[in-house]
Amino acid sequence: MLDSYLQLAVAETFLQPTGPIARAQLDHLNYVVILTCIAIVPALVALPLILFRYRRKKAGDRYRPNWDSNLGLEVAMWGLPIVVIFLMAISLWSITQRLDPYEELGKDPLEIKVIGLDWKWVFLYPEEKVAFVDELIVPVGRPVELEMTSDTVMQSLRISALVGQIYAMPAMTTKLNFIASDAGEARGMNTQFTGRGMWRQKFLVHSVPTDEYQQRIAEARQSPITLNEQTYAILAQQGTAEEAKTPLGITVLEGPLETQGTATVVAERDVPVGQGIAMRLPEPKIFQRVLARYKTGVPMTPETQPGSPSYDPAKASLPPLTAVRMEM
Amino acid sequence: MLASLFGRLNWDSIILVKEFEDPDLQLLITSGAAAAIPLGGIFLVLLLWYLKWWKPLLGWLTSVDHKKIGVMYIIFSVVMLFRGVVEAVLMRTNQAVALNGGFLSSDHFNQLFTTHGTNMIFFVAMPFLIGLINVAVPLQIGARDVAFPKLNSISLGLTGAGGFLITISLLIGQFSTGGWTNYPSYTGKLVNPGPGVDYWITAIGLSGIGSTLTGVNFAVTIYKMRTKGMKFMRMPLFTWTALATSILLIFAMPPLTAACVMLGLDRYLDFHFFTNDQGGNLMNFINLFWMFGHPEVYILILPAFGVMSELSSTFAAKRLYGYTSIVAATMCIAVLAFFVWLHHFFTMGQSTTVNAAFGIATLLISIPTGVKIFDWLATLWGGRIRLNTTPVIYLCGFLVLFVLGGFSGIILANPTLDYQVHNSLFLVAHFHNVIIPGTLFGILAGIHYWFPKMFGFRLMESYGKVTAWLWSIGFVITFMPLYPLGLMGMTRRTVDYTDPAYVPLMLVSGAGSLLLGLAFLFLIITFWRSIVNRKQLVTPIGDPWDGRTLEWWTPCPVPEYNFAVLPEVDSRDAFHTAKERGDAYAPIEKYEDIKIPSNTYFGLIIGILGCGLGFGLVWYMWWMAAGSFLAALATIIVYAFLPEREQVIPAEEVRRVDENWRREARETYGVTRDDEITEANKGLARPDVVPG
Repeated sequence: MLDSYLQLAVAETFLQPTGPIARAQLDHLNYVVILTCIAIVPALVALPLILFRYRRKKAGDRYRPNWDSNLGLEVAMWGLPIVVIFLMAISLWSITQRLDPYEELGKDPLEIKVIGLDWKWVFLYPEEKVAFVDELIVPVGRPVELEMTSDTVMQSLRISALVGQIYAMPAMTTKLNFIASDAGEARGMNTQFTGRGMWRQKFLVHSVPTDEYQQRIAEARQSPITLNEQTYAILAQQGTAEEAKTPLGITVLEGPLETQGTATVVAERDVPVGQGIAMRLPEPKIFQRVLARYKTGVPMTPETQPGSPSYDPAKASLPPLTAVRMEM
Repeated sequence: MLASLFGRLNWDSIILVKEFEDPDLQLLITSGAAAAIPLGGIFLVLLLWYLKWWKPLLGWLTSVDHKKIGVMYIIFSVVMLFRGVVEAVLMRTNQAVALNGGFLSSDHFNQLFTTHGTNMIFFVAMPFLIGLINVAVPLQIGARDVAFPKLNSISLGLTGAGGFLITISLLIGQFSTGGWTNYPSYTGKLVNPGPGVDYWITAIGLSGIGSTLTGVNFAVTIYKMRTKGMKFMRMPLFTWTALATSILLIFAMPPLTAACVMLGLDRYLDFHFFTNDQGGNLMNFINLFWMFGHPEVYILILPAFGVMSELSSTFAAKRLYGYTSIVAATMCIAVLAFFVWLHHFFTMGQSTTVNAAFGIATLLISIPTGVKIFDWLATLWGGRIRLNTTPVIYLCGFLVLFVLGGFSGIILANPTLDYQVHNSLFLVAHFHNVIIPGTLFGILAGIHYWFPKMFGFRLMESYGKVTAWLWSIGFVITFMPLYPLGLMGMTRRTVDYTDPAYVPLMLVSGAGSLLLGLAFLFLIITFWRSIVNRKQLVTPIGDPWDGRTLEWWTPCPVPEYNFAVLPEVDSRDAFHTAKERGDAYAPIEKYEDIKIPSNTYFGLIIGILGCGLGFGLVWYMWWMAAGSFLAALATIIVYAFLPEREQVIPAEEVRRVDENWRREARETYGVTRDDEITEANKGLARPDVVPG
C-alpha cells in the first residue's frame, strides 16, 4: 500500500520543489509574474473600457480625430515598461548568476557521470564503483554534480523538482549541480526529441538519507551485472531500459505494480517492471572512453554510431583512452 | 541502368503502393492524404480544361504585376494552411486520447509535427505576409510596381518549388522527423539516412533563397520607388514594417541557407560540420539556425504589427497615435532581433554571464513591443470605433491575446526559468500564442481589409465575423491549457504519455483544435459566399473603409499600372488630407503613356527547375539534379541577355479609364461609416456627421 502511494507521490514539476534550486526558481517565477502584471494589467483593463467609451454610436463629442501625441503620455508609455524591465533585468542578472548549474553547491559534491543513450540514461558513480540505468540515487543534503555527455544525438536531462535541465551532447560534456533537501522521489527525463522512444526516457531520482544511500550502493555492488564494454554496447542499442533488460539477462517480473513488492524473487537478477538496473562498475573510465570514441580521428560508421539504425553492438567497441588524436 | 535513372527511388517509396501491399489503419491516414495529391491534381487539370482557364492561368503564372504575384502568394498560403490545420487537428486529437498510446504511430506523429512546423512557418506565414506586402506596399508608396518585377516572379517560383517538395513528400517517401528546427546529429546521415531530411534541406534551401530575394526587392522598392513627397516619416506604418521585415530577410535568411548547405554537405559528401566525430559540432548548426530563427520571429510579427497599426487608425477613424514612437519601436525591434538568438538554447551549458546577457537583451525587446501596445490603445482612445467590423474583432483579439503571449515570453526570457520550461508545452503554448493572435490574425485581418484592392469586392462581414470569433475562441481553448501542462512538466513532441494528470487539459485542448478546424472551414466559406455574392459587394470606387493612405486612392480592382498619374504627397495620411480638402477625385489635365513590364516565363521556369533540382537531390537522381541546375543557370544567362520587353499603355486609354473613375466618384453620393458593411458601400466614403 505504502509503495503504491509513493509511486503517485513522485515530484513531477518545480511547482512541488524538493530542493533549494527549484524552490528559488519557483520564487523567481512568482516575482516575474507579479512584476509583469504591473505592465500588462493596465492594458488589458483599458481595452474594454476604451472600446465601450469610444464605440462609434456613442463617441459623440469625445471624438478627437486629429489627436496623435501627448508628451506626458509618451513618457509614461516608454517609462512604465522601462522601469519594469529594469527591475526585472536586475533580478534576472542576480538569480542567473546565483543559480549557476556549473557552480558546486558545497564542499565535496557527489560526482556522478551521466551518459545519455537512445532511450535511457546511464548514471556512473566512479568512486563508488557502481552504475545505474534509469535510476539516480542521491543522499539528502549532500551536493551532487552531474557531468553529462551523450553517446547518440543531443539530449536534455531535466529533473524538474530539483533543478531543471541542461543539454547532454555527443563529444562534449556539460554539468548540472543540485542538492536535494527533502527525502522522496522526483521525476527525471529527457526533454529533447530523439526519435520514437524519447517519451519513454524517464527515470526516478531517489533522494534518500545517507544510511539508506550507503545501503543502496552496497546492494548495487552485489549486482550480478557488470557494466563493461560488452554490456555498454548492448545498452547503447536503441530501446528503453526496459527493453535492454532481456539482452542483459535480466528476468522482468510481470504483474501489476502493487503486487510486485511482495512477489517472490526467483533469482538475484529478477527486477520488477519499471525499476532501473543496478550494475557493478569495475572500470570507472567508461565515461571518458565514450567521449574518446569521437576523437580518435577515425570517422564513425553506421555500425559503430549508437542511434544509427544499423548500429551493431558487436562492432562498436569503445577505444582506449590512448587512441585519442584530437583535443579533448 | 535503372539505378542511375531513378537513384534510390523505387516503387515502394510511393506511400499508396505501401498501403496497397500491406494495408493498415496507420498508413491509411497518411495514404489518404497522399491520395489527395494526385486526385487533387487530376481534378484541378479537369476543372481548368472544363472552364478553359488554361490561358488565363498561364497569364497569371507569368505575370510580373505585384498585385497578381501577391494574390498568388496568398492563394498558395491558403492551400498550405489547409494542410497545416489538418495536421494540427490530428496531433491535438491524438494527444487528447493518448494516455498510454493514441491512434497515431510515433513515426507518423513525428512527421506531423515536423511538417506542421516547417509548413506553417515557411509556406504559410511567410508567403502570406510576403503576399500582403506585395499587394499593399507599392500602392502605399505610390509606385507602379516593385523595383525588380522579374525577381519578384523568381521569388514566387522558388517558394512554390519549396512548397512542391514538402507536399510531394506526402506521396513519395517521407518527410523529416526532426522537428521544424531539424537539429543534427539526429538529422545527420548516420542516424537518419532516409530521404526525409533531404526533403527538408531542399525545400527550406530553395524557398530561403526566394525569401532573401524578396527582402532585397522590397528594401530597394521602399528606398527608391517612393512617389514625390513620400518622405520616410510620411510612409504608412505597414510600409515601415515591410521595410523592417525586408532588412531582416536580407540578413537573417543567409545563415539558414548556409546551415542547409552545410548540413547537405555533411549528408551528401561526408563533410563534418555538424557530426559527432572528427571535430564536427552540432551546436554550430543550432547557432546558425537561430541566428536566422530569432529574426524570423520578427519577420513574421512586424508586418502583422503594421496591419494592426493601419486597422486601429482606419477603424477608429482617427490619426495613428504616436507615429514616431511606433516607427522607432519597430526599428528597435528589428535591430534587437539579431542579439537574442541564444535564448533558444539557454540550456547549452554556457556561462551564466552569457545567459544573463542574452536574457536581458530579450527583456529589452519587450519595451518597444509594450510601447506599441500602448500606442494602439491610444489610437483607439478618442476615436469612433466601428465594433461591428471583422478587422476590429481581429484587432481586439490580437491586443488581448498577444499581450498574454508577451507575458509568457518574458517568463521564458529568464534563463533560470527556461531551465525548467524549455522543450515543454509551455514553450509550444508561448509561440503559438504570439504567432496565431499576432501573425495569423494580422494576416487574416489584412486579407479582409485589402481584399477589395485585390479582387474589387468586399468579403462578407457576417461570415467574416464568425470566422474571426472562431479563430479567437479556438485559439484560447486549444493553447491556454498547454501553459499549465508545460508547467506540470509535459514535454513537446510526445506522441503519448503515461501521466493521467494530463488528460483533462489535453481533452480541452483537443476540443479547441476542432474549433480551429471549424475556423478554417468558415474562412473558406467566407471566401466562397463572398465570391458567389460578389455583385452586391463590389466597391468600384476603391475606398470602402474610408482609408487614409494612398492604396485607397485607386479604383477596385486596381488597374495594372496602379496610378494613372503618380500622386504627390504632402502629409502623412495623404489620401485622407485630400478627401478633407475635397479634391481627392478632381479631374486631372495631363496624362502620359505608361510603360509596364511584359509577362515573362523566367520565374515559372526557375520554379520548375527548382522542383527538379530538389527532387533529384532527394532521390539521388543525379542527372535530374545536375540537369535542372545547369538549365537554371542557362536560363538566368539567357534572360540576362534578352532585351527588356515593355508594354505601353497609351495616354488616351489611361485617360479614358481614369476620367470615368473620377467622374463616377464625383457623381456618386457615397456612404457614411454607418452603411459601411451594407450593399450601399460602393467604395466612396462620405464625410461623417459627428453627433454633437
